[in-house]
Amino acid sequence: MSEPTPSEITVTINGTQVEALAGEMLIAAADRAGVHIPRFCYHERMSPVGMCRMCLVDIDTGRGPMLQPSCMVPVSDGMSVDTESEDTKRAQEGILEFLLVNHPLDCPVCDKGGECPLQDQTMAYGPGESRFVEEKRHYEKPIPISDLVHLDRERCILCDRCTRFADEVAGDPLIHFTERGNATQVLTFPDEPFSSYFSGNTVQICPVGALTAAPYRFKARPWDLEQVESTCTTCSMGCRVAVQSSRNELVRYLGVDVESVNHGWLCDKGRFNFESVNSEQRLTTPLIRDTNDQRQLLGIDWGSALAVAAEAIQQAGPERVGIIGGSRLTNEDAYAWSKFAGAVVGTDNVDAQLGDGLPAEVVLALPPATIADACSADTVLVVGPDIKEELAILHLRLRGAANKGRTNVVEIGPNPTGCEPYAQRSIRCAPGETAKALSELLASDDPLARQLGEGTVVVVFGRASMAESADPALSLAAVIRTELPHATFLPALRRGNVRGALDMGLAPGILPGRTDIQQPSQALLQTWGGVPAAKGLDTTGMLHAAASGELDTLILLGADPLSDFPDHNLAAEAIQKAKTVIAIDNFVTDSVAQADVALPATAYGEQGGTTTNIEGRVSRLTQKITPPGSARDDWMIATELAWRLGSDLGLSSKQDIWREIERVAPSHAGVTLERVESSEAHEGILVQETSIELNLPSPETPPVADGYGLRLVSGRKLWDAATATVHSPSLQALAQAPALKVHPNDLQRLGILSGDDVRVISTRSTETVTVIADENIRRGTAMLPFNQPGGGANRFIDADAAVNDIRIETL
Amino acid sequence: MKFFTDENSELAQEIIERYPKSRSAMIPLLHLAQEQEGWITDEAMAEIAELVGTTSAEVLGTCSFYEMFKRKPVGKYVINICTTMSCALMGAGDLMKHAESRLGVKSGGSTSDGMFTLEGAECQAACTEAPCLQVNYRHQYRVTADQFDQLIEELASSDHDVPRHGVLSRIRQHIPEDRFVRPTPPDEVVSAPIWMVTDGGEK
Repeated sequence: MSEPTPSEITVTINGTQVEALAGEMLIAAADRAGVHIPRFCYHERMSPVGMCRMCLVDIDTGRGPMLQPSCMVPVSDGMSVDTESEDTKRAQEGILEFLLVNHPLDCPVCDKGGECPLQDQTMAYGPGESRFVEEKRHYEKPIPISDLVHLDRERCILCDRCTRFADEVAGDPLIHFTERGNATQVLTFPDEPFSSYFSGNTVQICPVGALTAAPYRFKARPWDLEQVESTCTTCSMGCRVAVQSSRNELVRYLGVDVESVNHGWLCDKGRFNFESVNSEQRLTTPLIRDTNDQRQLLGIDWGSALAVAAEAIQQAGPERVGIIGGSRLTNEDAYAWSKFAGAVVGTDNVDAQLGDGLPAEVVLALPPATIADACSADTVLVVGPDIKEELAILHLRLRGAANKGRTNVVEIGPNPTGCEPYAQRSIRCAPGETAKALSELLASDDPLARQLGEGTVVVVFGRASMAESADPALSLAAVIRTELPHATFLPALRRGNVRGALDMGLAPGILPGRTDIQQPSQALLQTWGGVPAAKGLDTTGMLHAAASGELDTLILLGADPLSDFPDHNLAAEAIQKAKTVIAIDNFVTDSVAQADVALPATAYGEQGGTTTNIEGRVSRLTQKITPPGSARDDWMIATELAWRLGSDLGLSSKQDIWREIERVAPSHAGVTLERVESSEAHEGILVQETSIELNLPSPETPPVADGYGLRLVSGRKLWDAATATVHSPSLQALAQAPALKVHPNDLQRLGILSGDDVRVISTRSTETVTVIADENIRRGTAMLPFNQPGGGANRFIDADAAVNDIRIETL
Repeated sequence: MKFFTDENSELAQEIIERYPKSRSAMIPLLHLAQEQEGWITDEAMAEIAELVGTTSAEVLGTCSFYEMFKRKPVGKYVINICTTMSCALMGAGDLMKHAESRLGVKSGGSTSDGMFTLEGAECQAACTEAPCLQVNYRHQYRVTADQFDQLIEELASSDHDVPRHGVLSRIRQHIPEDRFVRPTPPDEVVSAPIWMVTDGGEK
């Protein structure tokens, strides 16, 4: 099938002339013309296979009408189509009669009943009764094909959607048709489950009830569901979702197909972590440290808790207060907190990133790119975290574009990533030396250097390893800006609405609307009545200040530095030494458990507003359910605290806040509340203006590792000990205990066997870890995932070091 | 644990070398696995998947599509009785019943001594010689019940000249090395044929 070209041709469908794009399939042209042709196997985001024959229609290309599958026939000029002819109807009846030869009529107990394409189309196009009296196929009732997906083989109509998705879209062909003829069935290989990060999508696209998701099985009937359209905030990709609830409890997310972001797909983490919102472990009432027993937190009323918090902020004074976190918040909540910090407390010690991202002034100043730009660029340069683990749907989009030849993915980094199978080139270099590797490439006569120099380039840009500072990434950016000035950047930032939080000023030196703290807009100055005079501390700076007694009050805005900040020891010292720690969160995380005051906040699905993805795309969040206990929206907590400190934030609703953002934030001028609430926001509204100037340091080479050490590399995995994952019963078992991966030759040199427990020593800590030999790991490096159940790399990392080295010793 | 013997591993590499895409070697390697073991074990499929660069599920999908790949151990002699039209008209049903009682197994089963597996099969392209059957894929024509008994006795008692099951031919395919296609170097990969290009309307 060739690429649809804009050249339009005319086809006649049911007597009406319709414009179609040359090369597209007839069924797609009919869809756009509003003519529905029934189908099971056809899916607009996958290649057509013509498996189910349901879309047979009468097609006349000059040789008389013939029944042909409309998903396999490209449109041609002058084609005449009848989707309602007698022959078509007879074909549809016949196909449905055949499909129902083996399909059980167990609709009343089937989860799909009520939203089932087979049920609906049998009603609409079926023959009414069947001539078959033979016994149907019988199989063992649902067999789990992975931890999350169950398969009822007798319901399967062999449409090839799930298997096509697994192979073509996800790249994990772990399910396949087996056997032949009447015995054909979808199966996994014995003991090799369909453990794809994207397995939940197969449940969504299954046109019958054959595939069901464990978290939703028998939870609700489709006609009992209420649904709103919202945006996923699990990572910073901003996938559009339909949030469904039943009896005020979230029961399911479905991917919504938007062209610019997720194409209807979701990763399993985003799809199933709604369970955490319903968790019984949620923080539902304010807690305060027990004065009699310092180990305990006691439930207390909001008034008293807020009074304690306000007093701690008041006593500390502006210079000695710090606010860490904010990426869990909506844009409106982030703005309220930004205003609270800047206008009420008078501090610029605010940072939504937990020392694992990039300086906000760089992120907001780099020439921006969209996901669509990346998927159509001549080259996508991936320098950052393993996007399959951290921005799973971006990985899916880039994989699709690369496999279709629309872009070429080039990655630079020390160790294999999920991009490698589809990358044009994977450039391996020592950790922290990406800038050097790129400079060398560009200086060489490699054809890739020309490709980068002459074609369009989008850089997926982030910090490659949690065990290195932002400097190596910034050095790389400097090289790219000098050598490839035409390159644009898509920041690979960690955590939900981090981009929105930065936009709203939850970063040192930044004011709402992507402006420098030294150049506040007039509107902002008037509304706020003044801004902090100088740039404040970032998260690392705040933790250092708290640890050395220079910061009294730490406010954790949905942040858990103890498990999420790269340097656990620094975070622990800071939280211990700070006089007062105020935590605003959904759960009692490790850090909240150490806090002096904990305030319950509303979670996803319980709050409306907007969120911003890595591109700067603003899209809507919609409230679906009511929060548990007395949990409040974050902006309300900011307003209450301000009131107790004698100020009025002047904000009384989310809509109100957005109006103020639109007024005072220069980048968001023109993005009115009306636009945000209109259908335009379905795709999201791209906001890319910025007034921050780019200043990048000159490239630096990190220190050479000593001969005995291994340079530590660390990254997050999709399944980790993230709060929402841990509190989702279906997901919590998916994360694995951390293991240190080292090249077998390095292990041999040290006389250690794969699988041994070893003593790992860094400047920060000494701990026992299991080591595994992996010949894909670069020699001289050691890979340890971040924030896994039972520990992770954060105990070994020194947040101030450009790179971190470890030593391994036998026990 | 490796499945292929050292000798067969070498042969497997040679087979893979013959094709521009190593996945094309999947079926020849399945034959090799069946030749080695008499049937195809899960370990064999997993190893073939690794050799040709795909998942075990895909190898299982291919392997299970073909009836002549056995995924359970079979007897030394696999007897296929044709059950299609001409043979059915000429008494294949009775022959099958007789065979079942003579061997003491149902169609699809194997005798406990590991000598025979009895199967019903589709047309074997010998309609003029109906009813026919195959012993390890070699024809026996116009078989009567008496002849069947005689055949079984002969097979059971003597070292009959039929190759062990799994060896389709005693003459292995041999391709001189200068005619190997070999894997295409990555730089020379031309884009897939136009009908293979998938499209999601992305650009």
